[in-house]
Amino acid sequence: MRAVVSVIGKDQVGIIAKVTTVLSENHVNISDISQTILQDFFTMMMLIDIDDIKKLAQLKQAFEPVEKELGLKISIQREEIFQAMHRV
Amino acid sequence: MPIAYTEIQETIRMVQMEHLDVRTVTMGISLRDCIDSDFDTLKTNVFHKVTTYAKNLVTVAEQVAEEYGVPIINKRVAISPVAELLGNATVEQAVELAKTLDEAAKKVQIDFIGGYSALVHKGISKGDQILLDALPQALSETERVCASISVGTTRTGINMDAVKQMGEIIKATAELTKDNNSIGCAKLVVFCNPVEDNPFMAGAFHGAGEGEVVLSVGVSGPGVVLHALKRYPDADLGEVAEVIKKTAFKITRAGEFIGRVVAERLEVPFGIMDLSLAPTNAMNDSVAEILEEIGLECVGTHGTIAALALMNDAVKKGGAMASSYVGGLSGAFIPVSEDNGMIRGIEQGALTLPKLEAMTCVCSVGLDMIAIDGNASSHTLSAIIADEAAIGMINKKTTAVRIIPVVGKESGEVVEFGGLLGRAPIIGVNPYHSDKFIQRGGRIPAPIQALTN
Repeated sequence: MRAVVSVIGKDQVGIIAKVTTVLSENHVNISDISQTILQDFFTMMMLIDIDDIKKLAQLKQAFEPVEKELGLKISIQREEIFQAMHRV
Repeated sequence: MPIAYTEIQETIRMVQMEHLDVRTVTMGISLRDCIDSDFDTLKTNVFHKVTTYAKNLVTVAEQVAEEYGVPIINKRVAISPVAELLGNATVEQAVELAKTLDEAAKKVQIDFIGGYSALVHKGISKGDQILLDALPQALSETERVCASISVGTTRTGINMDAVKQMGEIIKATAELTKDNNSIGCAKLVVFCNPVEDNPFMAGAFHGAGEGEVVLSVGVSGPGVVLHALKRYPDADLGEVAEVIKKTAFKITRAGEFIGRVVAERLEVPFGIMDLSLAPTNAMNDSVAEILEEIGLECVGTHGTIAALALMNDAVKKGGAMASSYVGGLSGAFIPVSEDNGMIRGIEQGALTLPKLEAMTCVCSVGLDMIAIDGNASSHTLSAIIADEAAIGMINKKTTAVRIIPVVGKESGEVVEFGGLLGRAPIIGVNPYHSDKFIQRGGRIPAPIQALTN
């Protein structure tokens, strides 16, 4: 199962490091990654592989301190929703 | 083809900034097998059935919303029209049954249960009359029970005896809930051409042609459509329709997908997708503001009907292709108290009751969440219902009336309902009465449009 992690917030040092640390600590593999700066806002999207659905909730919790510390908004969504919306 | 990052960004923007959500997942449950000659047993059967079938509705819906990152705002239950269970009941028992439904709703943590309903568009059976007589008390003594009454259809005409009663019932309900801004009336819809699979409250019920249990979905997304239009300020109206169509397609796909996942996990068949654009009081989540974005200075002014017709049609075209089973009401809702733009329109004097009536000719559904002068007579309320039912009957569409004659308030004042129901400026009614017309009673015959065979 694949999911999309999106990170949005003010650009600053260490965002990628801290976010990916959480993923590696939870043994989650990143299969694709992209980042841009949009009007001073850092946006990063990662495609991750997840073996167990329970990990979604786990990751959400693990991201909370990072979100607070860096003032980020991190969300995780299963990939199928994007397929449903954007592909016929 | 892999998903592009711009597409992922678009979805995230729609959810986080433009209020994209699934407005409701509604489980329809048949209660026909709950009938018993002993009324206490009947009540127990109803309670047991609702709380068993809908036991996991809320948890599963929340889990799915969490996983896919699209909020599901309301989880609700629609049941068989309750009048079908009341053939041998008394009014007191009918009120008791409403309380049982209220308890069941609380137990499964849903905010509304719809289907305290009767279909009386041609005639009133014993059970129907019991339900009608019980309505004011049932609505004032329960919190989460929603009622709807069908008083007309294109096929049968309009039952004016029922229309007369509905004016009196709305008036009595307003009086019984006067300490709370006559809120009881917000849970009561009077229909012409009701649909059997509508997932939206307060008018949801599980119709006679439906199966044992089914899950239907209502999407939303006025905010998404509004933001999409803002990106094309100079487009001509053909392009405007195209933008709305494309946006409606995406919204609907998201909704249908989420609905199907919820249905699958609950092991319930997926019913229909309702394409209605349903506004909320959140900033920029307004149907009126879409019309204003299309080019009206204020909703209600000249051009409102044309803009609404364009929007409503474009939503359907986009949505119809996105969903395999379109049903329910599927059109734009124009409730007043739940739409900040509509409230503003009335406050500025641009939007009036006659204009609202005209708007219901080109969109679903009808006069919705309109607060009117508490002094309006029951006959005037009946006449408003009759007008609206006539629009539905002749145009072969659903129309509905959910008006609240707020006791003690007059035109110009504002009433706060709170929560999802919002607030509304009180609208005055026509000072001339329609008493004779309503007192005549009888049935308005089915129109020539009914003769299609």
